[in-house]
Amino acid sequence: MTDALAPTTADRAARLQKGLRRRYARERRFQLYGLLAIGVAVGFLVLLLGRIWTQGNTAFWAHEAAIPVYMDPARIDPAYPQGTNFPQMVAEQQLARLGVTDDAAGRASTEMRQIFSSELKFVAGDMIKADPSLIGRTVTVTAPLSDDADLFFKGEIGRDTPEEQRRVTDRQIGWLDRLQDDGFVKRTFNGRMFTSGDSTEPELAGVLGAVVGSALMLLVTALLAIPIGVAAAIWLEEFAPRNRLSAFIEVNINNLAAVPSIVYGLLGLALFINWMQLPRSSPLVGGLVLALMALPTIIIATRSSLKAVPPSIREAALALGASKTQTVFQHVLPLALPGVMTGAIISMAHALGETAPLLLIGMVSFVPGVATSVAEPTGALPSLIYIWENASERAFHERTAAAIMVLLALMIVMNAAAIVLRRRFERRW
Amino acid sequence: MKFNIFRSHDDRGSGDPTQTPRMGGHVLPAARSDGPDGPTADAVEPTDATAGPALQPRPAEPLGPIKIRARDVSVHYGDKQALHDVSVDIPDKTVTAFIGPSGCGKSTFLRCLNRMNDTIPSARVTGRIEMDGQDVNSKSVDPVLLRAQVGMVFQKPNPFPKSIYENVAYGPRIHGLTTSKADLDGVVEKSLRRAGLWDEVADRLHSPGTGLSGGQQQRLVIARAIAVEPEVILMDEPCSALDPIATAKIEELIDELREQYCIVIVTHSMAQAARVSQRTAFFHMGRLVETGNTEEIFTNPRERRTLDYITGRFG
Repeated sequence: MTDALAPTTADRAARLQKGLRRRYARERRFQLYGLLAIGVAVGFLVLLLGRIWTQGNTAFWAHEAAIPVYMDPARIDPAYPQGTNFPQMVAEQQLARLGVTDDAAGRASTEMRQIFSSELKFVAGDMIKADPSLIGRTVTVTAPLSDDADLFFKGEIGRDTPEEQRRVTDRQIGWLDRLQDDGFVKRTFNGRMFTSGDSTEPELAGVLGAVVGSALMLLVTALLAIPIGVAAAIWLEEFAPRNRLSAFIEVNINNLAAVPSIVYGLLGLALFINWMQLPRSSPLVGGLVLALMALPTIIIATRSSLKAVPPSIREAALALGASKTQTVFQHVLPLALPGVMTGAIISMAHALGETAPLLLIGMVSFVPGVATSVAEPTGALPSLIYIWENASERAFHERTAAAIMVLLALMIVMNAAAIVLRRRFERRW
Repeated sequence: MKFNIFRSHDDRGSGDPTQTPRMGGHVLPAARSDGPDGPTADAVEPTDATAGPALQPRPAEPLGPIKIRARDVSVHYGDKQALHDVSVDIPDKTVTAFIGPSGCGKSTFLRCLNRMNDTIPSARVTGRIEMDGQDVNSKSVDPVLLRAQVGMVFQKPNPFPKSIYENVAYGPRIHGLTTSKADLDGVVEKSLRRAGLWDEVADRLHSPGTGLSGGQQQRLVIARAIAVEPEVILMDEPCSALDPIATAKIEELIDELREQYCIVIVTHSMAQAARVSQRTAFFHMGRLVETGNTEEIFTNPRERRTLDYITGRFG
């Protein structure tokens, strides 16, 4: 051809060089985009976790008062010590100690009472009940401070805030300072957070009821959804004839995975509560609803991991004279197991965090106790977070963040378990 | 020009002298024309009346009795017909090679012999395949039992991701062939010895079978197949994933196994077919073109297409 169309060698080298530079520049640009994306994601994550931590870490600490109380025989009925109005008694003793006289309406003693948690009554009552000889003596009673007093010591309620805008009066602040100066106030680990159920009093509220509720619910979900889901997936993937019906089932399972979870809640409400008359707010119903929700995910995950088992393994077993069932259960399923387990655990973690369906089956109601069976009413962690976030007491604010931390910790544990199981059972072929 | 002859049946045997097959200057007999249905190679006997005078009958190797007798076997995958009316007799204690270009139906036919096509939902097999006079496709034959009788070795070594011992022990175990652990140990050792693998793996029977080299894996798979004590062993291109040294070992093994089993091997390598088999069947476009003693097929085929294939003019 002509020289115009055939570049010289030098020309060609220069062109290659130029192209090469452009290619490398493109590669660097792409890597930069990737790093930016990761940076944004990590940034948001840090922001989220940091915010939760700064809001919630204080919930793991609480201030309690260890105050000397004179167990006044005049006010305590030894036959029925629980009936005594211990808070009023303590308040009056403290007022007397600080030299404050109560007015006729009892405003001072009311304010003093508000410093202590209502738990004081039960702590003192239990002490007397356990040892009636305490009546007439002065003993140290350790009880939590009220949520407002606790927030004051944590610095959440500022002294500089105008009195009418804060939950603690100037007078109460003075008394709290005196109590602290006298060494009656202690900062301790808030064990109640993990050992008690929900309560209307923030200082007494804990996540145990919700954790147990969630655990029972997950138990029901796992026992139902994993065997049914895995069995359905095995049948669909390995045994089902490829016809219109199985194609229809397959499409619908994929559709079900995309159904909003609140719809499952409605279904649960109609099916399990209204029709089957199962107990409302119970982990049984919650577990059933979550199992319905988790089923499609488990089926899809199991099917894809069954699909990933090389056909050569199936052929090897079949050609040896293994039956279809033997092939599936002795060769295909063991190889698919890491994927099956990962799918199951991740869908369980998903179910653990699911809130919307619980709203509809009564799991957002206030349940103070800790459930001992799947038929008892209980809360669940996500619904507890929802309840606490909506509570008017400011102390529930930090507890909401703390409950979120507990939920996240449980999820991290579950996801870590999924990774560990995957690593452990993964086999190469 | 050379592909013209495959375009339609009518082209064949048209008498055009330029299409007369030649081999080393020696004019071969013209390809048979079998009418519109194409060749139905029912010829089991090495000689055929229509084969022409140039075909010299050769002293046939002693072949075993007929083990597998296939008649008019056709296979459809959905609407597509993959195999057309294959009729062939496969003798016992003999290596029979199926050769032919890719997609010619040889593997499909092989998979009919142990009913592995049952596992493909769209596959439909018609015709009759008899093994020792029993129709393998009849309702009374359990494919599971059939496969215990007819072992299979695949193209890619596919040991289970388990130990070497477990790989070999699996078959006897599921079929309940052994009664005790010692018995099973014996079967495993015997099978590995017969597959020529014992000396290489005796000290690591419990290490994973997938950790062996490709050739060792293929011999492990053969050991696994013979542990069930089959009567027939089907091999679907057993050496195509192996290097020449491993291939040589497998071929040697096939030659030894011939004394006890009826072996059918599908291969792409004509040299391999020539080396290991006594009988050869040439498949093309889903039809069985020609069967005969291997030597004969390779030196003096009756069909022009066979000649073209084995001389490398296509395929």
